[in-house]
Amino acid sequence: MSAALTVWVQGIGLWAPGAADWHAFGDIVARGAEPSATTRPPAEILPPNERRRAPESVLLAATAAGQAVRMSGLDAATLPCVFSSAHGDQAITDYMCETLASAPRELSPTKFHNSVHNAPAGYWTIATHCHASSSAVSGGEYAFGAGLLEAATLAVADDHPVLLACYDIAGTGPLGSMTSTTGAFALAFVLSPHAHGAAARMDLSPEPCNTGAEASGHAWLDALAASNPSARAVPLMAALAKTHATALRVPAAHELDLHIDLGYPT
Amino acid sequence: MPHPMSPLAVRAYTATSALGHGLAAHAEALALSRGGLRPNDISSAPLDCWIGRVDGVEQVALPGPLAEWDCRNNRLAWLALRQDGFMDAVRDARARYGASRVAVLLGTSTASIGATEEGYRRLDHGRMPADLHRPVLHTPHSLAGFVATVFDLEGPCLTVATACSSSAKVFANAERMIRLGLVDAAIVGGTDTLCDSVLFGFNSLELVSPSPCRPFDAERDGISIGEAAGFALIERPQEDDDAPLFIGYGEASDAHHMSTPHPEGLGAELALRDTLDRAGIEAIDVDYINLHGTASQKNDEVEAALVTRFFPDTTRASSTKGFTGHTLGAAGILEAVMTLLAMRDGVVPANLGGTTPDPHCGAQMAWHAERADIRIALSNSFGFGGNNACLAFSRQGGAA
Repeated sequence: MSAALTVWVQGIGLWAPGAADWHAFGDIVARGAEPSATTRPPAEILPPNERRRAPESVLLAATAAGQAVRMSGLDAATLPCVFSSAHGDQAITDYMCETLASAPRELSPTKFHNSVHNAPAGYWTIATHCHASSSAVSGGEYAFGAGLLEAATLAVADDHPVLLACYDIAGTGPLGSMTSTTGAFALAFVLSPHAHGAAARMDLSPEPCNTGAEASGHAWLDALAASNPSARAVPLMAALAKTHATALRVPAAHELDLHIDLGYPT
Repeated sequence: MPHPMSPLAVRAYTATSALGHGLAAHAEALALSRGGLRPNDISSAPLDCWIGRVDGVEQVALPGPLAEWDCRNNRLAWLALRQDGFMDAVRDARARYGASRVAVLLGTSTASIGATEEGYRRLDHGRMPADLHRPVLHTPHSLAGFVATVFDLEGPCLTVATACSSSAKVFANAERMIRLGLVDAAIVGGTDTLCDSVLFGFNSLELVSPSPCRPFDAERDGISIGEAAGFALIERPQEDDDAPLFIGYGEASDAHHMSTPHPEGLGAELALRDTLDRAGIEAIDVDYINLHGTASQKNDEVEAALVTRFFPDTTRASSTKGFTGHTLGAAGILEAVMTLLAMRDGVVPANLGGTTPDPHCGAQMAWHAERADIRIALSNSFGFGGNNACLAFSRQGGAA
């Protein structure tokens, strides 16, 4: 059966507690390194004043996105972008709901405009002077699979490389107990409809049924995957880090998987 | 440069807003130039402003199996879904194509955050109260999850949350998925409801008017926030199809500022050009534009200047936010529906609330309702973060 969508991975980015970038993740997964101390996502692509003002979700997404674009060698200004997150900036939502319950007129205007789900897309396009289309999406617990499907669809439909960043920060307060997100995680891809210069190939096909998560037996990876909806990407990221030519499934909706065949240019 | 798109049929559509439930209420309000704004009577603390509130949401009862999803936003969605035969149209598409071949692609800016706010107002020992211990509500994906559950659909299910362009952009998502054969039909649209987050949030930015909003008026002093739900079912047209057609879209970013539009409307113009290219039309072909026209100082200045320099005087243009308020993430679908009604009924909606034209306005502005033969129309939706979208529709397949 031929795949519904074929995209080529031209850039990869990742930030996890203990793995500050994609290479550090690869060292842990493929080369037996220990996770390092957790550092603040550097978001080097943002100008310093924006970096100071930006909330954690923006720093996280911009950190992974910046790595992926750098690896691709493409100009971020030309890349349509899709930012996907199950819950957006939960810390700001927690702040907003707490403030609204006690002193609604004291709501911070900066926090409010940082609260929109497309804040990372906004900061990113401003920082990179990107006038291409930008989107901010969610698929709840399946935000990674849904975002991957959307980004691959956009790349193939418009025959142009697309940046995907998928991120979630840890939940806080009463909201945090509803979202069960215990740690931060972000990944990013530059996905191209063409093979040129790609690190890997993904053949994607939506398939009925959501088969759920499977433990890998690697304690750090399994804990990471369970900590955060965006980290449902972890098995895929581990396969990419090990350059495994393999097939796996990623949940993309309540009753839908993305079947992914991974291959590598020789 | 994008290739022209193959037009898609808008098989069914509906909207519910401060103007009433369903298409007939909206068509009547547009024909009579009768708005739906009222003094704010919904925020948890007093706030001096006008709102577009939907009557009857409080009385909506979700059926037992959907009880987990109960909140104001999903009640409004449920109310809207049951108008104009929309549920039957979706069930018919599901029967024809299969549950996994109909996508759910919905826009919202705050989804059911009203339920999260309520939980924080009555915390139980610092925790979410037991009756709101429902994780499906405390996420931006609540609306799309709800609608997929209502119709028992098993295909792609995506929330687009790009603030005020959200439920316009979902039309683009649908076109891509249908063109690539991932699905055969898509429910597009969106829902946003009045809640403290948006009322006090926009108030904190000093963007809310104490009076009913006056889009494109020289004396305008801010937006009026509203709530709405709207949905459309998109699929490939059949031969001799008499459904209105979705013929083009454009999406672009300002890359300028989080809460202020680009001063020359750069992103808006890019989205507009993208739309005309994909539709294979030129500015002179456009009979009507439903403008974003929020009544904020900056948006209206920039958008008026864009229309003035880009379109001939024969193109008529108006904002309908004076009727409904700015319904944020639902504005894209609500105004797409207004545009489809304008084409269906041959009525250019009045730019309600505006009396003294902003100096940037050109002769395109329809300050009062007009009769017109509208064959091709656009709808603009611009959001926070410089997120711009534009949609193009034509009245009917071939028979126009």
